[in-house]
Amino acid sequence: MLTRRIIPCLDVKGGRVVKGKSFIRLQDAGDPVGLADFYYKEGADELVFLDITATPEGRDTMVDVVERISERVFMPLTVGGGLRNIGDMRRMLKAGADKVSINTAALRKPAIISEGAEKFGNQCIVVAIDAKRVGDGEVTRWEVYVSSGQEATGIDAVDWAKQAVELGAGEILLTSMDADGHKAGYDIELTRTISEAVTVPVIASGGAGTLRDLYQVLTEGKADAVLAASIFHYGTYSIAKTKQFLSDRGIPVRT
Amino acid sequence: MIAVVDYGAGNLRSVTNALAKLGYGMKITSRPDDILSAQAVILPGVGAAGDTMKSLEELGMVEPIRQFIAAGRPFLGICIGLQMLFTGTEEGGWHDCLGVLPGRVRRLPGGLKIPHMGWNQVKQKTAHPVFDGIPDEANFYFVHSYYAEPEDSSLVAGETEYGISFCSVVARGSLVATQFHPEKSGEYGLKMYDNFIRFALRAG
Repeated sequence: MLTRRIIPCLDVKGGRVVKGKSFIRLQDAGDPVGLADFYYKEGADELVFLDITATPEGRDTMVDVVERISERVFMPLTVGGGLRNIGDMRRMLKAGADKVSINTAALRKPAIISEGAEKFGNQCIVVAIDAKRVGDGEVTRWEVYVSSGQEATGIDAVDWAKQAVELGAGEILLTSMDADGHKAGYDIELTRTISEAVTVPVIASGGAGTLRDLYQVLTEGKADAVLAASIFHYGTYSIAKTKQFLSDRGIPVRT
Repeated sequence: MIAVVDYGAGNLRSVTNALAKLGYGMKITSRPDDILSAQAVILPGVGAAGDTMKSLEELGMVEPIRQFIAAGRPFLGICIGLQMLFTGTEEGGWHDCLGVLPGRVRRLPGGLKIPHMGWNQVKQKTAHPVFDGIPDEANFYFVHSYYAEPEDSSLVAGETEYGISFCSVVARGSLVATQFHPEKSGEYGLKMYDNFIRFALRAG
């Protein structure tokens, strides 16, 4: 049986791992290569690296970081942040990334999804969606934000997720901007709505505070994988403890 | 010499990193001559099988690979590299593949998330040196939307469940192929590479 994936996320700025609180306050939590190796040995199922510098110099640093990580960590690696075109994607994949995550560039120019999928295969293309609840109407809606959550697009997150998959996205990395950084649980309704709307796996992100939050998004939220940063980086829970908790409650995990 | 086939796609770096970690030298090559002089050939792959076949044809690699396998020399196919061994694939309309093994490559059934992405168990169906030191039902990392359906069930050395039970490891003598990515499957994945190469070097 396919196991559910537990994915630590490492936000990298200038070659160092940081974690944002609602994308604004940053704290330094270590060396990316060391952390990647630590999570590999701890039994994480996959790693996501987001380059939040997203400048040309930052990207060179990131290529170097990815190269060093892929030499010692034999698990799937996804890299995102500031990837603008096919060339940027190719550099990361050549450096040893297995998947590239695109966000702002995909929204500005959706053809990048189909071009990337055609060149590298659907399984390489992760479309990251930052979504925020809008309005107080009877029907819940979520709006897509880009540029690290700073720019509202007016686009509906469910529509965008479906379109991204039609264009060739192999996976959706879904972050609730309302929940992110607050450690009060994932946005279950958002995750379930998107997961039911698309045929590809959905990684839930934003809001993990306790192991129950992970359990809830994998069951009620129908997420295929969970991503978390601070609960792992600051040692609140180990990967082993997380998997034990989920396994005890009937969720298939790799041990 | 261990030849890793470079046909312009595929995640070569992960494979070469795994071999390097194990202390093996290798030659990354797109030259037909290197295939025939290799002790073992590894055909990695991601992407679409049809495109892979086209690239191999353009490089003049199809016949050397067929000859190498026909001679019973050690060959390891990974992911698309497994699918390529069969008669043909339904991916993107019918495409002929290498035709080394009878069978077709089909799309995973609907109703589940596709691609099949993540860690899943491999049930060992036959004893083979590539499984040395690897427990039955160990988890390996998969990412694929198509699977191979061999006509000869005795080729199936490993099986995995995802909606259906499909062939996740093919083994026939020195010919081995995996639908999953051993280079992305942690310590058991590395062990599988090590097993294959030890076996290949003994055979060679």
